[in-house]
Amino acid sequence: MTTSTTVGKPRDPGTSPAPAPRRRKNLLGRQPLGIVFSAPYVIFILAVLAFPLGYAVYISFHDFFFTAPGVAVERPFVGFDNYAAVLTDPDVGRSFANIGVFLIINVPLTVGLSLILANALNRVTRFRTFFRVSYYVPYVTASVAVVGVWLFLFAQNGLVNSILGPLGPDPSWLVNSGLAMPTIALYVTWKQLGFFILLYLAALQNIPEELYESASVDGAGKVRQFWSITVPSVRPASFLVTLLATITGANLFTEPYLLTGGGGPDGASTSPVFLMYQEGILQGNPDTAAALGVILVLGVLLLAFLQRRFIGGKDD
Amino acid sequence: MAKDYQPTLSTTPVTPAVTPAPRASSTEKQRGLRPVSFILLAVGAFVFLFPFYYMFIGSLQTEPDTSVAGAFPNFENITGANYVLIDESINLFRGLVNSGIFTGGVIACTVLFGIPVGYALAQLQFRGRGAVFALLLLVQMVPFQLLLIPLYVLIVRDYGLADSYLGMILPFAINSTAVFVFRQYFLQLPASLFEAARIDGASELRILLQIAIPLVRPAIVTAILLTFIGPWNEFLWPFLVTKDTAFQPLAVSLANYISNVAATAANPFGAILAGACVLAAPAVALFIVFQRQFISTNIGSSAKG
Repeated sequence: MTTSTTVGKPRDPGTSPAPAPRRRKNLLGRQPLGIVFSAPYVIFILAVLAFPLGYAVYISFHDFFFTAPGVAVERPFVGFDNYAAVLTDPDVGRSFANIGVFLIINVPLTVGLSLILANALNRVTRFRTFFRVSYYVPYVTASVAVVGVWLFLFAQNGLVNSILGPLGPDPSWLVNSGLAMPTIALYVTWKQLGFFILLYLAALQNIPEELYESASVDGAGKVRQFWSITVPSVRPASFLVTLLATITGANLFTEPYLLTGGGGPDGASTSPVFLMYQEGILQGNPDTAAALGVILVLGVLLLAFLQRRFIGGKDD
Repeated sequence: MAKDYQPTLSTTPVTPAVTPAPRASSTEKQRGLRPVSFILLAVGAFVFLFPFYYMFIGSLQTEPDTSVAGAFPNFENITGANYVLIDESINLFRGLVNSGIFTGGVIACTVLFGIPVGYALAQLQFRGRGAVFALLLLVQMVPFQLLLIPLYVLIVRDYGLADSYLGMILPFAINSTAVFVFRQYFLQLPASLFEAARIDGASELRILLQIAIPLVRPAIVTAILLTFIGPWNEFLWPFLVTKDTAFQPLAVSLANYISNVAATAANPFGAILAGACVLAAPAVALFIVFQRQFISTNIGSSAKG
């Protein structure tokens, strides 16, 4: 390090006779090759993210339908017609209510359980690797695969009902309109928890041990320490966890499609993304589906803003 | 930095003369608490692992046994027939190959194009670096559901890429989280190292290939693992793009089996669980073998932003 700076410094005044090419280089930065290195990624993002994003908004404001490739058709501007169609559709209202139920169960459960388990994991040294791996195994496994077991476990005569005996719900979990969505919320909590435990674990490891030591000298018990030190210290992580859990909830598709056989029973577990698939691709109305997508994203942004307001992310 | 944090009270050398009483009491407290944490963790591990165990047991049962006794291995009720049954319906090998091509394509693009941009963001000074970095952060906020319809219109309808590997790979080609991991690791390398190489006359490409990349091998493994989860487990997008079973990844063909064909099979649960085991096994095995590369510090740094 020292050699490079001492060599570099005296060279600066020495090369003063040729300032012009130097300035041209500075226009693109000291290492213009960085532009070349970044170009594929930037082009990729513009092509599959930025452009489709704008296109989604365009589609949602036009009378848009599928055509064969290369066929030029008129797709008139229709203003907010697609939005009006979406907002007056009772199925859409139902799917948003379902997501509401999902989030009310999933988000607090995820935050609570992952913080408690991460905290326990941070204290125990024995079998630590075993616990860590067993927690994230569901997260890294395909939802399609684990849905198979949950179907088996929560079937009418499945293991869960066998254990519960007469206490088992009737109609059974996934075909009960009151329980289908909570069961999905439980499933997703279980599936994603490992990832959130890892997030919290990283945050917990940044808390200085002295805080706990001095609190314990002051006579604070473990429970008090958890509420007064741990919970406030991991606030930024909590914000991230609620945000990511909300985004996961808004993206729900595989679970209502497979676990409850397409949003059943009778629409009690449809999700907005499932409706986008049904409307946009099966029934060929991409314009209303795109409008639904825009509304959904605005909803997520609103929730993210509220979470930021009440949980906060930056005040550490 | 990547060191596991451990409760250090017992390991820190405390001078014995100084207040032995509080030290003893807090060690006692810690000992007293550990069983609680341990039991909590053990119950958690059971809840997380049992469905996987049950998946495997169920896939081997001749007759689905959903009683409590069915959760224990019963050697009179064991068969491999479910694997044959699911293989006859959806061609497991074809599905695995398609999943492999889809996942491999995404990983290859991520490594090939992600490493240079991660390196450039960490170690090169060039015009537009701030904008590229802002883009990288912004991208992780864009929800996929908004892109569902326009991407379907563009890729399937306009470009005619339905039933093709390219159509499957394209939206996922460069994983932004992996790019972020690359940047974080390259950032930890001292800039002086690169200055010295530049003064020695090495080209930027040579510096990247021969100095920077060999130093961040763990980052490459972590990024590959993170990238792997996406396409291997992805259902919605390949489900929309592939209608031809010859191109369907295993997640899609198994899902189609669950939603359509299952009703006609003699032991649908056995067959579904057999397929589920085949789909789950590669991911689970990979993450057990490389568990060291998937620790909280790596994930934390990638998600913190």
